[in-house]
Amino acid sequence: MDHLHRKLRDHEAAMFQQGYLDDQFSQLQKLQDDTSPDFVIEVMTMFFDDSEKLLNNMSRALEQVPVNFKQIDAHAHQQKGSSASVGAARVKNVCGTFRNFCEAQNLEG
Amino acid sequence: MGMAAENQFHVLAVDDSIIDRMLIERLLKTSSFNVTTVDSASKALKFLGLVEDEMRTYDTHVASEINQDVDVNLIITDYCMPGMTGYDLLRKIKESKSFKDIPVVIMSSENVPSRINRCLEEGAEEFFLKPVQLSDVSKLKPHLLKSKVKEENEQPIKRKGMEETQSPDKTRPKVSI
Repeated sequence: MDHLHRKLRDHEAAMFQQGYLDDQFSQLQKLQDDTSPDFVIEVMTMFFDDSEKLLNNMSRALEQVPVNFKQIDAHAHQQKGSSASVGAARVKNVCGTFRNFCEAQNLEG
Repeated sequence: MGMAAENQFHVLAVDDSIIDRMLIERLLKTSSFNVTTVDSASKALKFLGLVEDEMRTYDTHVASEINQDVDVNLIITDYCMPGMTGYDLLRKIKESKSFKDIPVVIMSSENVPSRINRCLEEGAEEFFLKPVQLSDVSKLKPHLLKSKVKEENEQPIKRKGMEETQSPDKTRPKVSI
């Protein structure tokens, strides 16, 4: 078990180091305690479910002709918001870039 | 009002994002608040017993009767929501006889000074930049204590309270990197 714990810690440290996670994730961890022992897992699970839905919506929107950039931008805005809230830094940054493309109506981007 | 004095303050949190609702609820509960979360401004109004058009036709006496079971001490709301925005909600609350004295806090993921100023001018007590932190939530208690004192004494608040809402600190949103 110790071995697994260590692996988990290392993996987590790597995620921070590589910029996948930022300080906001640490904030989430701090909010977890005995009265709410599964907080992080609950939030992250919800984040993954929510992200999946948004990504599906975005894919569908991209397939439409003509492309509705406003709608895609709205999805990206939501995704950016939730990833910022959970500390998913890389996702958040990608969303920022993505939104710029939407604004420029750049389909290739 | 006359409801039994509760030890805990009751906060109504409004946000269309499930993630942010989970987060704000945890932040508030950790800070010993009672929390109710709703996912839209219209649901917030329903919860408060302030149903839009009907509000106009009821007099305040009836409106406050509807609300006797609902004792909300503070409302914290996201700005960007589909349908009615947090700003619209803020205005509705400040326009209502029963609720205009309840402190309202606005949250937003976007740092837009004109937006922030508009909200503060409309009567928002604070503007929090998302993601909201525990340190932000700790700023809420003074506003709540101020309201509670006002409620209990039924006297105008000291001028200090008014100055606070105009202090430059409020217009400088917290930036967390």
